[in-house]
Amino acid sequence: MSGQDTGGPLLSGRGMIGGYGGADILHGVNIEAHAGEIVVIVGPNGAGKSTAMKALFGMMPLREGRVTLRGADITALSPQDRVKAGMGFVPQTGNVFASMSVEENLEMGGFLREDDVSETMEMVFSLFPILKEKRRQPAGELSGGQRQQVAVGRALMTRPEALMLDEPTAGVSPIVMDELFDKILDIAATGPAILMVEQNARQALNIADRGYVLAQGENRYEGTGADLMADPEVRRSFLGG
Amino acid sequence: MTDILNALVLFMNFVGVPALAYGSQLALGALGVTLIFGVLRFAFFAHGDLMAFGTMVTILATWGLQAMGVSLGVLPTALLALPFGAAAAVLAALSADKAVFAFYRKQRAKPVVFFIASVGVMFVLNGLVRIIIGPDDQRFADGGRFLFKVGEFRDWSGLSEGLAIRTTQALTVVAALIVMVALFRFLERTKMGKAMRAYSDNEDLALLSGVDPARVVRWTWVIAAVLATLAGVLYGLDKSFKPFTYFQLLLPIFAAAILGGIGSPKGAVVGAYIVAFSEVMVTYAYRKFAMYLGPQDWAPEGLLQLLSTEYKFSVSFLILVAVLVTRPTGLFKGKVF
Repeated sequence: MSGQDTGGPLLSGRGMIGGYGGADILHGVNIEAHAGEIVVIVGPNGAGKSTAMKALFGMMPLREGRVTLRGADITALSPQDRVKAGMGFVPQTGNVFASMSVEENLEMGGFLREDDVSETMEMVFSLFPILKEKRRQPAGELSGGQRQQVAVGRALMTRPEALMLDEPTAGVSPIVMDELFDKILDIAATGPAILMVEQNARQALNIADRGYVLAQGENRYEGTGADLMADPEVRRSFLGG
Repeated sequence: MTDILNALVLFMNFVGVPALAYGSQLALGALGVTLIFGVLRFAFFAHGDLMAFGTMVTILATWGLQAMGVSLGVLPTALLALPFGAAAAVLAALSADKAVFAFYRKQRAKPVVFFIASVGVMFVLNGLVRIIIGPDDQRFADGGRFLFKVGEFRDWSGLSEGLAIRTTQALTVVAALIVMVALFRFLERTKMGKAMRAYSDNEDLALLSGVDPARVVRWTWVIAAVLATLAGVLYGLDKSFKPFTYFQLLLPIFAAAILGGIGSPKGAVVGAYIVAFSEVMVTYAYRKFAMYLGPQDWAPEGLLQLLSTEYKFSVSFLILVAVLVTRPTGLFKGKVF
């Protein structure tokens, strides 16, 4: 697995420039994540946070720049191939199969795997006990928070080394948000790098090892979560005082 | 008491049994339509003519087998010929996909473009069938005619009304049941079936999970074409084969799929039986039925028929409009049509 590991970042995007056909949205964004690390991307609306993440996952073609996983260049790989290579992605919306049961959602997450997935499923169930209880229920009938758990669980089924979450707490209550962040800490403790885009910047930076502040498609600040929280400039401009 | 029983037997003979058989045929057609809509996201209007095409090849193969002296005894020879028809229909569907629909998929065309293209495919299949076998009625049923006849039932029960079940009716219901159970098991239990459901539910997420869209599309066509042929052959055995009738079946089939909730296989089956029973019940003349249940020596003046049989398609049409106006997702929360 770690054949090409040279002590560098697990996942890295350097000098990413590109957009969806029209004008560029990213103007040279650099993001990296190491194994076991929680990295958060924050920034105002339209800063290119989600776009940067999609670029890392191959859902948006890059005009310039490169993306590497374990040091290997994956810039040309399709999202599906990146899943095979060890990346997982939880989209912000439409991230579960609403008409399928919780268990089937997890099975679909492990669709590409040829081996027995039951062990990974048990791991997901122990992480999210409520999902075991509701395993036979259609995911579309669950509450928002439970649905997010299904979505994260689905992405975990391939045992990704780099897990990317696009606003996992969008639209859930503050209590559920805290719960989700706790779970994300638990997941990070099992080894993968976690990269997430967050609207709830303060709470996210609280659990983050490192954070990036993007604005207008560029890196504005970066540092440990605590540093960013302590930086008066960042607080004033991006965290609402 | 015997009057009530007589009324019941009469009703079963003229409404219950025929509607059950007709509903089973519609269900097989509606399942195909609903699967195609779920996976490919468009209304496939060539479905009736795909049924006709598969049935036509089955008929030709049946004639061939009959000429060779092959027979299945009580069962119709067409059952032996069915695999040929199904294979031809699969080939036709896959060719149409390759020649027409694949192009529009690449263009990421809107559903309405697919739908219009499917009307084109419909005309081609329509023409092919008429060129090869002609526009006329064809009968190809052989084997035993009845499971039991009206007279036999009367002798057995001692009632004045009788019940007959034709071999083709029994065959239709049994075959449809077996195929539906198999299809639902496939969709619920196998990896491919789950991939099809996932793709139908959330295409982007299915792609992200590594589902191969080309395989899902291929499987959908194969299943829909086999179901269409089976539906067409059973309908032809039960009634008769006429290309134009098969084209007309499109309306009740779509009414069934939409009533059930298009994209939902369960809905397609339930919708099909509701449409079939509505059609037969609304066009049945209840005069004799009422005479059994009314006071003695009383007879209603008219036929007590709500709608003449020539207008039976208006029933499907009415159901279709009512569902689209009041509950476009159908009974089983399908996609919005």
